[in-house]
Amino acid sequence: MKPAAFAYLKPENLAEALRFVADNADDGKLLAGGQSLVPAMNFRLARPETLIDITGLEALQGVEEHADALSIGALTRHATFHKPVSDGALGRLLVKVVGHIAHYPIRQRGTFGGSLSHADPAAEWCLVATTLNATMRLESSGGARDVPASDFFRGSFTTALEPNEILTRITIPKLPDGTGTGFVEFARRKGDFALAMALTALHLEGGAIRSARVGLGGVADRALRMDAIEAALVGQPATPETFATAGQMARDQISPRGDIHGSAEYRRDLAGALLERALAQAAEEARGAAPT
Amino acid sequence: MSVIGARERRVEDRPLLTGAGAFVADLNRPDQLHMRVVRSPLAFGRLLEVDVEDAAVQPGVVAIWTAADLGDLVPIDFRMTRIEGMEPYRQWCLARDYVRYVGDPVAVVFAETAQQAEDAAELVFCDIDEQDPHLDATAEPVAFAPETSPELMSEPAVLQKAVGDVDAAFNGAAHEVAIELRVGRHTGVPLETRGALAVPGEGGGTVTMYGAAKVPHYNRGQIARMLGLPLDAVQLSEGHVGGGFGIRGELYPEDVLVCRAALAFSRPVKWIEDRREHLVAANHSRDQAYRLRAAVDAEGRVLGLDAQFFTDQGAYVRTHGATVSDLSAALLPGPYLIPAYRVRGHVRLTNKTPAGTYRAPGRYESTFARERLMDAIAARLSLDRAEVRQRNLVPESQMPFRRGLDALGTDVVYDSGLFHDLLERLCAHVSWDDLQERLADRRRAGERVGVGLGYFVEKSGLGPDDLVRISVLPEGGIRVVTGAASIGQGIETAMAQICADTLGIGMHGIDVVHGQTALIEKGMGAFATRATVMTGSATKMAADALIDRALDVAATLLQTERESLSYAGGKVHHAASERTLTLSQIAAAWDGGLGAEATFVSDHMTYPYGIHLAQVRVDPATCGVAIERFIVAYDVGRAINPTLVEGQIVGAVAQGIGGALYEEFVYDEAGQPLAASFADYLMPTAQEVPEVETIVREDAPSPINPLGVKGAGEAGINAVGAAIASAVDDALERPGLVQQLPVTPQRLYAWLRE
Repeated sequence: MKPAAFAYLKPENLAEALRFVADNADDGKLLAGGQSLVPAMNFRLARPETLIDITGLEALQGVEEHADALSIGALTRHATFHKPVSDGALGRLLVKVVGHIAHYPIRQRGTFGGSLSHADPAAEWCLVATTLNATMRLESSGGARDVPASDFFRGSFTTALEPNEILTRITIPKLPDGTGTGFVEFARRKGDFALAMALTALHLEGGAIRSARVGLGGVADRALRMDAIEAALVGQPATPETFATAGQMARDQISPRGDIHGSAEYRRDLAGALLERALAQAAEEARGAAPT
Repeated sequence: MSVIGARERRVEDRPLLTGAGAFVADLNRPDQLHMRVVRSPLAFGRLLEVDVEDAAVQPGVVAIWTAADLGDLVPIDFRMTRIEGMEPYRQWCLARDYVRYVGDPVAVVFAETAQQAEDAAELVFCDIDEQDPHLDATAEPVAFAPETSPELMSEPAVLQKAVGDVDAAFNGAAHEVAIELRVGRHTGVPLETRGALAVPGEGGGTVTMYGAAKVPHYNRGQIARMLGLPLDAVQLSEGHVGGGFGIRGELYPEDVLVCRAALAFSRPVKWIEDRREHLVAANHSRDQAYRLRAAVDAEGRVLGLDAQFFTDQGAYVRTHGATVSDLSAALLPGPYLIPAYRVRGHVRLTNKTPAGTYRAPGRYESTFARERLMDAIAARLSLDRAEVRQRNLVPESQMPFRRGLDALGTDVVYDSGLFHDLLERLCAHVSWDDLQERLADRRRAGERVGVGLGYFVEKSGLGPDDLVRISVLPEGGIRVVTGAASIGQGIETAMAQICADTLGIGMHGIDVVHGQTALIEKGMGAFATRATVMTGSATKMAADALIDRALDVAATLLQTERESLSYAGGKVHHAASERTLTLSQIAAAWDGGLGAEATFVSDHMTYPYGIHLAQVRVDPATCGVAIERFIVAYDVGRAINPTLVEGQIVGAVAQGIGGALYEEFVYDEAGQPLAASFADYLMPTAQEVPEVETIVREDAPSPINPLGVKGAGEAGINAVGAAIASAVDDALERPGLVQQLPVTPQRLYAWLRE
């Protein structure tokens, strides 16, 4: 269980990294946190000819707070989000989510951008990016382009990234004051990939839902933003009945695949149940956050 | 001063905690070669050719062996529970004619570095004519090797045991209760994978293998026999071992191959198993299906039990022979009277990794089956689950209780036990009736919570004998040499305590040596929860003999009558002259030193017993099961060190939870293992394992050994599956819901919708 032989490059800066990536477009692989890539290499499921180690690139580190968005450097470690990186609903949501990502040592190494680039359908950050409409900045030697999450994720372990591009920064719009969020997932063991997960954000007005964000993870080839459920929730009272209806809509709208840990039917029902819980969680927080 | 029974700290921990541990992967020799095993990628097929051409020319490659290179090397024999007719099903060191499971060793590559060996091994090509695998042990047997031995079917043996008149029991029964159950395929997964370093001796013809575990003396004999060497030409040496659990330390193909290679190349040869290999190559276990039918009287007493089970032994019959099935058949009746009993145990082969024993082999499974049956009887007759057990337990007045069956070639005689008393104590400890009421209240409030019980009889102290040699070092200190093995269970501490207690001295300075074939000519190792009973008894006897010898020698040294001497606290005292000689003074003064040895012989196993209680909460939306409380009540006869006993229990509970809720080797239709890494083979972690309460009792010491001791190694795992299944039923108010382990969310989801 040792990787096949590979060449190792460690660029000094982003420009050099982009050059290395372009030079090794056919068989190069970026090493960010290595928490998925290195095990895959040890199993020899991944056999890159060249490993481009970008872990030292300063430009890709850290979270910047802007008035209306968080800008997250792609190499920001998961553990950065153990504490709120900003006041407000988004910072709190990221704290809620991060504790579900694998285990503590993995969170010290794995990176936000690495997780998005890997695009595991059951990855928490992919669900966050999709549901909250994040924008990915993809850079190459030829320039940069911004790609919305809806266009970035193309399927299981597949993204819009071209072989000569690096994901450098992720921008997530902040949630309005008074938004309550919910995140619920179920895994066989603490830290395992979720069998299903639900992320919600609700804004209430007089007990009714004024706006809603709903996403599901682990139930398709990529995280799903559930637009139809969001639309159906708006104007409804924030009650268990409403959430149950939303849960049923989710069951009707997804068609997960089964594996040894859960059949398609099980995952479908599970996702519905988790969505109900995530909506209740968000509503409770929204009520607490609402001005009295 | 009693050292037995004291909570002494483990003497073996210092090197382990200070980074001075020496596990087999830590060992290296100059000029060593590395071995890498090429394994079958397919579950079943005719092995047409192994093409090593590309691999052989890779950098660093010294040699590649296939079956053709092994000459007349015989298959690996049975260490235990040999049944006539099973020989053709033994595993060769390298596959010939057929591959029979994913992971079957096909070739070995020897190279200068481990990396070179792994790289080259990828290039060995196996030309296999793939055939449909056989994956269901309950299905009709098929041909084992259709083209080469068409007459051999995939059922090497059927075990039958019977006592009493089962048909008469059914004729006179008020109720008949029948159930079918399955226990999933899982196994012990030691932290340390297997490994070996074989070092040839000067001048050739001899070899020492480091990395031995569990049964070094037996394996030494087998390696010598298989390689055609005199016994003295092979030595096995045990270092630190990172867990055994039944699977580690058995003789596997790799052990034989490294020794053969070291002799052939006159170079040390090292092999370290990686985790991916481990999960497909080391013994699997469990994987049984039970069909039980009970004749029950109007009060819930079982009059007769008609049982049938199927053991999925995997691709070959390995060293354990029919051990798992034999123990399943013999101990299925457990703590209950069950006057008439008949069982047929089918040993079946499939195209999965070969199976052997795993901690509480045949009992984890049969306890699950039997205790599910007791729950089913309670449900049928509307009896409390503790009450139905009370009505069936073997009473104290019938001890020693002769079951009328044999297990591992010994008569099953429960040597002592207060079965009713232990259940009463546990029920009192948890306020059984109140507890059930409180849980019912919580259920009425919407929670899905429940409690379950599993009662079991363990077995320990398998003979036939154990030799211990104690010597007093002239410079001070005492050396206890035994052929037992340490797989992490604390044997050095326990033996030192027994020796210290017998000699009336402190533990300091007592050095326990184990697992070295060069230092003692015989030894049974550590398995079947035998060491504290067998080696412990031999240690006590040897220490007694040492005192005897010390008195003899001192009488000569002091030129006095032995009767005028007394022994206490490590010293011989002559009252008349007020002279005192310490043991080390005697050893220094006497030509040939001071030492003694003793062999403890036992024809019967000793039978400890216990009860597991689990309280669980089920989330009906996720079908996840959380354990709120877990208690083990256990009578160990006599606890040499209560902390070690508790440690054994708690660790084993964690493993039991794995088999009850998480761990399962799943295969697809082609026989490909789908849980072949830790991403899919789910071991419980600290997050999933609750605090375990232990109630360790010494109410029924064993009358068949000088210490009164019974074993503790398998107590914590035995009834975990049974108790959790019962608790899940209770939480969901669906008696009989759980029919299979592990209780995965997926399975529970399906049962709730049946």
